[in-house]
Amino acid sequence: MLGDGILKGMAETARNFFGSYVSKERLTTVEYPEHRIPTAENARVFPFLVYDGANWEAGMRCVACQICEKECPPKCIYIEKSADKKPDHLGKQQFYPARFDIDVSVCMSCQICVEVCPFEAIKMDTQFELATEDRFGGLLYDRKELSRSNEYYHSIHPTEAGEVDARLTEEKAKVEAKAKAAAEAAAAKAAAAANPPTPAGGES
Amino acid sequence: MNAVFYILAALTLAGGLATVLLKQLVHCALAVTVAFAGLALLFLQLDAQFAGFAQILVYIGAVAILIVFAILLTRGSDLPKDGVFSKTWFLGLVIAAGVFAVLGWAVLASVSAVPQQNAVPSVTVHDIGIALVGRYVLPLEIVALLLTAATIGAVIVAMHEKERPR
Amino acid sequence: MIATLGATNPFFVNLDQIFVLLRNWLVGFLPVVLRPAAGVLLGVVAIVCVFPGLFALTTVFERKGLGRIQNRIGPNRVGPYGLLQPVADGIKSLTKEDIVPLRANAVVHFLAPLVLVVTVFMGFAVLPMGRNMVLVDMDAGLLFFFAMGAATELSVFMAGWSSRNKYSLLGAMRAVAQMISYEVVLLLSSVAVVMITGSLSLPKIVAAQNQYTGVFPHWYIFTPWGLAGFLMYAIAATAETNRSPFDLPEGESELVAGYHTEYSGFKFALFFLGEYLAMFSISGLGTTLFLGGWSAPFSFLSWVPSWFWFFGKVMLSIFVFIWMRGTLPRLRQDQLMNFAWKFVLPFTLLNLLVTALWRFMGEGWQRWVVCSVILIAAYVVMGRVEMRSEHFGRRSYRYAE
Repeated sequence: MLGDGILKGMAETARNFFGSYVSKERLTTVEYPEHRIPTAENARVFPFLVYDGANWEAGMRCVACQICEKECPPKCIYIEKSADKKPDHLGKQQFYPARFDIDVSVCMSCQICVEVCPFEAIKMDTQFELATEDRFGGLLYDRKELSRSNEYYHSIHPTEAGEVDARLTEEKAKVEAKAKAAAEAAAAKAAAAANPPTPAGGES
Repeated sequence: MNAVFYILAALTLAGGLATVLLKQLVHCALAVTVAFAGLALLFLQLDAQFAGFAQILVYIGAVAILIVFAILLTRGSDLPKDGVFSKTWFLGLVIAAGVFAVLGWAVLASVSAVPQQNAVPSVTVHDIGIALVGRYVLPLEIVALLLTAATIGAVIVAMHEKERPR
Repeated sequence: MIATLGATNPFFVNLDQIFVLLRNWLVGFLPVVLRPAAGVLLGVVAIVCVFPGLFALTTVFERKGLGRIQNRIGPNRVGPYGLLQPVADGIKSLTKEDIVPLRANAVVHFLAPLVLVVTVFMGFAVLPMGRNMVLVDMDAGLLFFFAMGAATELSVFMAGWSSRNKYSLLGAMRAVAQMISYEVVLLLSSVAVVMITGSLSLPKIVAAQNQYTGVFPHWYIFTPWGLAGFLMYAIAATAETNRSPFDLPEGESELVAGYHTEYSGFKFALFFLGEYLAMFSISGLGTTLFLGGWSAPFSFLSWVPSWFWFFGKVMLSIFVFIWMRGTLPRLRQDQLMNFAWKFVLPFTLLNLLVTALWRFMGEGWQRWVVCSVILIAAYVVMGRVEMRSEHFGRRSYRYAE
């Protein structure tokens, strides 16, 4: 009959109107900035540099290999290697970045730098409220601004950080095992060399 | 003959003059609407409520709109090349003056047959209604027939265009 | 509470007539010669203050209501629950630059919103907003109201033409065509009420509905012809004020903004004001004609002031307008015109016949049954027959001459 569609439509809108006061499903607005929708775990905005421990300079994982700088599509990363070296988490002496600048106004959040980093040094952050009034320097982040602790990394990407930590401790364990084995072999060799050899020349 | 009448008469005359003197055609249509409004107010001043409101409803609400649609759908707002004033304006003036004289003589000659102002009864819509279906029912039906014929004619003219063989 | 809950209790009578008493008291300060004019002037001032105030409130309620219908909150930042939003909107409109296109016709462009607002305000003069609360009690009040409505169409056309903009002109032509078509329906559905009441004067129409059989009122909407008339009147009212689903003339997605494209700042605010005031005035007339004006819904509620009922019913109509806006998609121009001339107008003419039948059948249950059956059968049949969708045949070409 003519008009029944209209009546059904009006019933639906009335249900929406009254339901919006009682059920969350019928009022999906989140009043930003007083309330925020929690971001998903694998959200990504701009990169940051991970450091282990308490000191951001000493614990920085980045060894300035410059792979991320080469792989970045819009070329927003600028790295200057240091002159000296510092030990990394495995104990090996590595370079570290004297400068590590990311221009986040250029960064396109593609995550390629994260994918190619062999040292788990650069990861994606989830903060997006980064607007600033300084249009020239305000969006150029240096290595101090980019550094965040491993605990922070755990807080924003717990699953990923757990996997990364597991991998790093495994590596460390392997390296330590190898070092121990090498040390044992060297000790055995030294012990064997310390045993008096059969006199070949008769030196005292 | 009081001040209100003079003001309203001036408004109507101004509207009428503007209609014939303005250059843009749509301006003329709006000026004739002002003249219609002036007429309606004159009716109201004479306490003929039905006539006054019917004048607004029909003339301003329908006839003026019709005039405007006709202008827009046919000519647009371009001015004619020879100017808007006719060359034989003097003859037109003479004929208009003649018609006005005849009408004026007819009205003034019949004034003496009509009673004075202070004895005119106010006519309500009820009275008009009774008169229409009582005394004047035949003119009412003839006008209705005329309007029906006009409507059917308009529909036929419009439909004729659609069915022309291609 | 008051012991005698009747309309004769002096407290409630005074409350009912409070505005009339206020006016008489204020006017009493002036010499006798000036009193009638001053009384009318005070009434005009009251109307000019109250209805734009209601307009401001309605804009907020519309935005919040539409928001809730659309699963979102409306504006809620300005003032508590966003109720001061109209103040912000008003300040914005007043301080915006008034842009007039270079080739636009300046005089007509300026006059169009003025003509709209003036004619719409005039329509309020005949609405009875409470017992003894009509500004001008004219014998042909209903006709005056429709005359003012007809003058509104002219201003729409003036706005569209003077902007020298093809979208404005298209919007204006469509708006005027729509308004004329539905004006006929509006008039005819009111004629049914006039037939039964026997008068064109609005206070008399309300007085005729202010009677009760037992508890139930004699509103015309509770009769078969009144319900049909009210439905047609509501459809025509929605179309006259260019409200959704008939808002093609100002549809933002089709015509930019139709006939008020080239208006900015205060003139646009005047158009907006004019549209909402037209909504109030047409709802007021619909309330007066079909919903009993200022009379109470049940006889035991007649102690509540009459102006409360009138404004309550008008706001209820506005709420229904907003509800329809949130529900229905826009009608296309040809669908709109088809609907008017092929369904609404014939049904309204039939309603006139049924009203005449009602009047001359005399009291009794027979007339209820006969009128209801005729109207329902006509509605179903006409709905099936007239509103069929077109069957498209072979493609034919028409060339412009």
